[in-house]
Amino acid sequence: MTTRTSAPAPAAGVVRVSVPERSVRHDLRAVRIVLHRELIRFWRDKVRLVSGLVQPVLWLLVMGTGLSNLMASGSGPAGDIDLKTFIFPGVCAMSVMFTAMFSAGSIVWDREFGFLREMLVAPVSRSAIVIGKCIGGAFVATVQGTVIVLLAGLAGVPYDPLLLLELVGLMFLGAFALTGFGVMMAARIRSMQSFFGLMQMAMMPMMFLSGALYPLNGLPTWLSVLTRFNPLTYAVDPLRQAVFRHLDASPALERTFNPGVTWNGWVVPVWLEVVIVVLMGVGLMGVAILEFRRAD
Amino acid sequence: MPDGGDAVEVDGLTKRFGDAEAVRGIEFSVRPGEVFGFLGPNGAGKSTTINMLCTLLRPSGGTARVAGHDVVAERDTVRRNIGLVFQDTTLDGYLTGEQNLRFHAELYGVPRSVTTDRIGQVLEMVGLWDRRRDRVQTFSGGMKRRLEIARGLLHSPRVLFLDEPTVGLDPQTRASIWEYIRQLREAEEITIFMTTHYMDEAEYCDRIAIMDSGRIVALDTPEALKAGVGEDRVRIQTADDRAAIAEIADRFGLEAVMSEGAVTFRVVAGEAFVPRLFAELGVPIRSVSVARPSLDDVFMSFTGSTIRDAEAGAGDHMRVMMRAMRR
Repeated sequence: MTTRTSAPAPAAGVVRVSVPERSVRHDLRAVRIVLHRELIRFWRDKVRLVSGLVQPVLWLLVMGTGLSNLMASGSGPAGDIDLKTFIFPGVCAMSVMFTAMFSAGSIVWDREFGFLREMLVAPVSRSAIVIGKCIGGAFVATVQGTVIVLLAGLAGVPYDPLLLLELVGLMFLGAFALTGFGVMMAARIRSMQSFFGLMQMAMMPMMFLSGALYPLNGLPTWLSVLTRFNPLTYAVDPLRQAVFRHLDASPALERTFNPGVTWNGWVVPVWLEVVIVVLMGVGLMGVAILEFRRAD
Repeated sequence: MPDGGDAVEVDGLTKRFGDAEAVRGIEFSVRPGEVFGFLGPNGAGKSTTINMLCTLLRPSGGTARVAGHDVVAERDTVRRNIGLVFQDTTLDGYLTGEQNLRFHAELYGVPRSVTTDRIGQVLEMVGLWDRRRDRVQTFSGGMKRRLEIARGLLHSPRVLFLDEPTVGLDPQTRASIWEYIRQLREAEEITIFMTTHYMDEAEYCDRIAIMDSGRIVALDTPEALKAGVGEDRVRIQTADDRAAIAEIADRFGLEAVMSEGAVTFRVVAGEAFVPRLFAELGVPIRSVSVARPSLDDVFMSFTGSTIRDAEAGAGDHMRVMMRAMRR
């Protein structure tokens, strides 16, 4: 340094940092810290945690009870099964969906408040940031979903540890795919208002066409086709199948309430549904990464 | 710098947005250890230039090297070697001061063994050690800016970019920010590149470049720039200002104007001119003052307007018109 050739060595106590070349390890650290930040923020925001519970509980207890009543008074085949039990997996999926979208929306928030810039100018790959966001969002949504799972008793679902674990695992995969979808949308949107407007527009049809609230058999063809194209369908069905495996419902009930998803008469196996969800998650995240790279 | 070269080296740098040319082929270099100021009204191209140097914007033409590395070809290397403090805050208000810094350390791959010490050190430096566990939401504007400066320094960058570091802060806080910047120069071996539109702040820089409409119109030390203007500013109060202005024009060929209630004009060697003025001016003079050129005058002499007028011209024609009508 020309102007300070005679300058003394750094004052005692000055910690010199030399930032190493970029490496996979460095990118993994970046993924971890982006994820960690999601968790801190989720934990700090208790209002969000509580408000995220209100809607699912409403669906489960109010809608579920109300509709059960309707079915019991009619001559429906409900028999000894509670409608709440039927919609329980759907409510789990919905809760996860809303939380995941919210987490993805924080990218738009970060952009508005400038924090996104701090991340984008770092000497770290864009994929590390997007992956951290997606896994963080999925994790937070799963935590929220786990609280719903703990309400299983209210819906007549048995507290079997294996079942609970299975549900939590499936919810994580679904949440991951949904966060990927949200982050992909958030990559292009500049304002919170338009993000939530768009999300509302996308989420309502996805929810109604997913089999979360009614069985997908015996529908008119147009509706049937639409539900098969809805990604959320493949996230809800494995949850329901898991729940029904732990009930002893009669075959007739099983046919009505847990028909599975069929493609032209062929029942799609659970493993394939899980694969569809995972592939979708990875694909959407890939698109999100490309979008953030291009935004340079 | 690896080869002892310049901290920043810019050659023919250009940026076009559609048809508009925001930066028109500028050229300059910044020596290591320097505090280099970019001065100009809003819209002059300062922020566009700094964004290109920080690898946030791709130049339309020309080259720029920062810390010895090309901003386009070696983007990541440049990013590792620079610290950034933007005009708008880029902190996460939900996190504490310390968490914001830890996030940055992880993102920049600061070795874990030194992270905690280094965070403590930069927090001390900006006087925020006691508030490290508080959420940034609760910080004042000045504290946020100081935390951002600390964060920009965390990974020991070679060049620290400060884009309008004191904009929107009250004068006292501005002064304290400058105090930190001065201390920083003592403690760390670092080059500081900053933009500002406050004339008084530009005085703190080792060298300044004046930017106007996408071009660098002057570049030198503040002293040399002021000396280059050559003319002092003379302000007189007289019994009849209008007659005085007319007579100054007739007799000395100088253009005087009314400014802040006094007849004002520029002349070489103002002190020596005053006796002549008293002897030859027919209008009685009540008071006189002579001032050395300020950076405002420098700016005026290079761009033909004061920085405030230039700013208003860039953004707000209405205000200029209003001002003109009031005169």
